[in-house]
Amino acid sequence: MAISESQPFWDAATDDRFILPQCASCGRYHWYPRAICPFCFSDRIEWKPASGKGRIYSYTVMRRASVPYVVAYVTLEEGTTMLTNIVDCDFDALAIGQDVRLVFKPTGSAPLPVFTPAPATA
Amino acid sequence: MSIKGQAFIAGAFEHPTRNAPDTSVAQLHAEVARGALADAGLTKDDVDGYFCAGDAPGGLLSMVDYLNLKVRHLDATETGGSSYLVHVAHAAEAIALGKCNVALITMAGRPRSEGVRTGTVVRDGNPAQPDLQWENPFGTTAVNLYALCAMRHMYEFGTTSEQLAWVRVAASHHAQHNPNAVLRNIVTVEDVVSSPMVSDPLHRLDCCVISDGGGALVVVKPEIAKTLKRPRVKVLGAGETIKGQSGGDVDLTYTGAVRTGPAAFAEAGVTPADIKYASIYDSFTITVLMQLEDLGFCRKGEGGRFVADGNLISGVGSLPVNTDGGGLCNNHPANRGGMTKIIEAVRQLRGEAHPAVQVANCNLALAQGTGGRLGTRSGSATLILERE
Repeated sequence: MAISESQPFWDAATDDRFILPQCASCGRYHWYPRAICPFCFSDRIEWKPASGKGRIYSYTVMRRASVPYVVAYVTLEEGTTMLTNIVDCDFDALAIGQDVRLVFKPTGSAPLPVFTPAPATA
Repeated sequence: MSIKGQAFIAGAFEHPTRNAPDTSVAQLHAEVARGALADAGLTKDDVDGYFCAGDAPGGLLSMVDYLNLKVRHLDATETGGSSYLVHVAHAAEAIALGKCNVALITMAGRPRSEGVRTGTVVRDGNPAQPDLQWENPFGTTAVNLYALCAMRHMYEFGTTSEQLAWVRVAASHHAQHNPNAVLRNIVTVEDVVSSPMVSDPLHRLDCCVISDGGGALVVVKPEIAKTLKRPRVKVLGAGETIKGQSGGDVDLTYTGAVRTGPAAFAEAGVTPADIKYASIYDSFTITVLMQLEDLGFCRKGEGGRFVADGNLISGVGSLPVNTDGGGLCNNHPANRGGMTKIIEAVRQLRGEAHPAVQVANCNLALAQGTGGRLGTRSGSATLILERE
């Protein structure tokens, strides 16, 4: 499944660490991970620990499935937006703009980066 | 240099089948090729350029050999359902450069017979494709990737399910007159919003049909068009692009038509207000709404109001759209609606649409295609055509 330029992500995920690719030339984070920066074509990509905090940019409850699930785009605190799932919550209570946090979902191979609603802040 | 006036669509053919369990995909390609050439009044031996996309089994090598063509120009540009609009533009470019005189474009497929659950199943794709490992594990399918766009559109602009439903209602009003359409029953807004939810906010009736079939076009140089008996449909302008996830700068509020629309209008030298009929790719209702905005038929965010209250119904609204019933009701062969979008635009310009949906004095039409998935990567292609 994994291919070499993305292997560091999956290796970190296996260690329960969430890392993001950042370009040392232009300073921007990008998603999905590439060896060559999609903004400036530099190859000076560095993997940085990420907060795992984000906000729902858009989501949909996929109901035509044996078990309904949520596909979403989450905009991370670091500024990049990733395709993911929202899990472990009341799907009908979700909203665009809602704060979410990363959790790794175990799979047969590397854990998947998915999100769950963040605890409400007082 | 421009393609404006450099080529004409001389032949167009839509396969009447919607269910072809006993016909091979290659045979469907041959049947539509024959149909379009007969429509033009040309023969197989006149063809010196051939165009096909990802639906063609074996690609150019197999199809040219199977059809036994002797060609000097080839193009297999693959941008999903928008491919065939790109092909017309590329054919016009090739003709303008003298690379060919008679270009044949074919498409066909049978997802219905093959039991493809087009919208709701994760498709494997090419494992070397760089993006799929970041998408498929999350259960991405055609319908939920368009649903993400619809959700964001509703959030940003207040678009409603009832407004989206009007796209389907309009298609159904047109499809009642099309004897070949998969779904000919007229539906109401209430029917659409009360149909089962597939992927929020898209209901079953917000989704296009799954059907077999195909279509073909013959594009020729002006000197040849003038020798033929059919009404002449001139290529005026075109645009093509791919819109993706922008390295993580995701913006689901627009389609690639923000680039291809202005390019095509500039080349054609006309404006959205000049267009009498529009074929707008309708994989889902949201696809139509967003493309109409991006093409400039209304302002960004106003698509919901624009499509409501029958504004897309021929004889009722200000912009007749998809008068064959579109992908929502008529057909969506090979899960690719771009070909039939062009064909209905040609019918309208020739005055050969069904009388109940024919637009009066239809001298200028637009065809718009989307390919792939609007929520991740999608092709966009715009064509502007004129009745000479």
